[in-house]
Amino acid sequence: MIGTPIPLLIPITYLFLSLLVPLLGWWRASAAWAATFAGAAFAAFLSFAGLEKVLTEGVLHYRLGGWPPPIGIEFVMDPLSAFLEVVVTGIGFLVLLYARRSVAVEMPERAVPFASLALLLLTGLSGMVITGDLFNLYVFLEISALAGYALVAVGGRRASFSAFRYLTMGTVGASFYLLGLAFLYITQGTLNMADMARLLALQGYSVPVVSGILLMVLGASLKMALFPMHGWLPDAYTHASSAATALIAPIGTKVAAYVMIRILMLTGFPPIIGWIAWLAAAGILAGSILAIAQTNLKRMLAYSSVANVGYIALGVCLAHPLAFTGAVLHILNHALMKAVLFQAAGGIAQKMGTLHLFRLRGLPARMPLTTLAFLIAVFSMVGIPPTGGFFSKIYLLFGTIETRSWAFLVVILISTLLNFFYFFRVIESSFFRPDRGADLKREPAAEAGRRDEMSLSMLLPMLVLAAAILAVGIWNGPIVEGVIARGVPAF
Amino acid sequence: MMELIRGHYVYLLLVVLFLIGLYGMMVKRNLMKKIIGMSILQSSVILLYIASGFKDGATVPVLDPALGPDYPNAYLNPLPHCLMLTAIVVAVVTLGVSFALIIDIYRNYGTIEEPLLLERMKDEE
Repeated sequence: MIGTPIPLLIPITYLFLSLLVPLLGWWRASAAWAATFAGAAFAAFLSFAGLEKVLTEGVLHYRLGGWPPPIGIEFVMDPLSAFLEVVVTGIGFLVLLYARRSVAVEMPERAVPFASLALLLLTGLSGMVITGDLFNLYVFLEISALAGYALVAVGGRRASFSAFRYLTMGTVGASFYLLGLAFLYITQGTLNMADMARLLALQGYSVPVVSGILLMVLGASLKMALFPMHGWLPDAYTHASSAATALIAPIGTKVAAYVMIRILMLTGFPPIIGWIAWLAAAGILAGSILAIAQTNLKRMLAYSSVANVGYIALGVCLAHPLAFTGAVLHILNHALMKAVLFQAAGGIAQKMGTLHLFRLRGLPARMPLTTLAFLIAVFSMVGIPPTGGFFSKIYLLFGTIETRSWAFLVVILISTLLNFFYFFRVIESSFFRPDRGADLKREPAAEAGRRDEMSLSMLLPMLVLAAAILAVGIWNGPIVEGVIARGVPAF
Repeated sequence: MMELIRGHYVYLLLVVLFLIGLYGMMVKRNLMKKIIGMSILQSSVILLYIASGFKDGATVPVLDPALGPDYPNAYLNPLPHCLMLTAIVVAVVTLGVSFALIIDIYRNYGTIEEPLLLERMKDEE
């Protein structure tokens, strides 16, 4: 009995298309894009179907080659991985729709390689989410990472150095993961996640096991840019092309966070989570404060990503069902928000010709719909109801109260204020900044105040994602009770 | 002390190798030397798996009908070696990508010395 093929088909679809797209691109670029969209839509459909099946019939397994689990590689869709898979494939599809036009404007000669690399990135990310084998996870991690380096590098003149830094840090992260896995494999003799968890539960903590887990968590933290290992992230996000950032930023670090959750779940949340929680709290504050110091919109958003990864890590490491729910819900929310914000930033760079925070005057008049989507995402970022961000923060706050971690409660509240502060600067400079003669001379086009929106193919995916932010907020009850609650481990 | 060294010298050497790699990546200013450090670091992890798969006198990886299951000392686990084939491929691909990036950096800025590179980037702004 091999099992249902849905878990396997998702990464295979992406992989097959990422190889097919360059061939089609030889013939015609539009055919390559059509195949890209079709494949991404199919993968998104499959993961929705998979989630539905998981919720009605229970966990899905697929055994590669028919080998039974502890020996062969197994793909598993449980409620948690199915949920993450929907986030990855759904946002991947919408960002690819946006990417076509964005890439055509920014780097027309590289459209086909971009599509192929984007699909390869999604192969790695979707594979990492559903694999049930720890070494297979490493392979998918490296597939996504290598595609990610290349995607960042095609940005511009400075992008290759940012990509180089990303590559060295990413490789060290992956090597730490592999080294930690060696400790676990040498002591336990298995690579299957379920089998590993079973064996570790029988033995309790020994020195090699704890060292192994520590090294693996360190590797995952480097990949998810947990403070203070976030050094590669701001440069990579700022210098990459708009489409690449919009693809990597929402889902790349979230999948790494998911890997950390899986590693911690292997050993039933060992005592090291206390330290990680403090790192996460430091990251929340540092990311928010550094975001205030930025004048480039994309760089500011990158630092806010560092802070938001901190929320997720904190929620996981509080080891309480409510906080865990908040963390998983925040993975979805933050992925949606960051996709909208980076897509809007791409549009703003294209139409306003600048990403400087204080030169965004006239933005609402020129790009009203972009501004609307941007505002929805900002409200969600700050945590204003009824957007999704409000609910994930509420769950996190309840989690800190339940575990009586008052310091973390204060950290979340302060960071909310800081969030408000740095996003308000964007709103202030685009809505309320008074006219000044100097600005007038420098930017005559902005003064005309005529409408100049992004093209429809870029606007539509962004608006759909913005609507999703509101939808997640309004229907957060069914999402949490129906899906996330089933993925919460026993603490 | 001697016991520790005799029994575990492979692992001690691998720790040294790992640290050399990490040192190269963090301290060296030349991008190429950083990559050399990265490669040494990856190799040390790969060798750790290989060392774990080694057993004195054992040569048979899969069940041999002629030998039967009665001589467990003749068998060794082939899995670590197979896993590391994959890891070596990953390491080679990473090297390829990093060389491509270094070539691109050199074309854009005419140097691969990090301090000089950062200086030239600053001048551009």
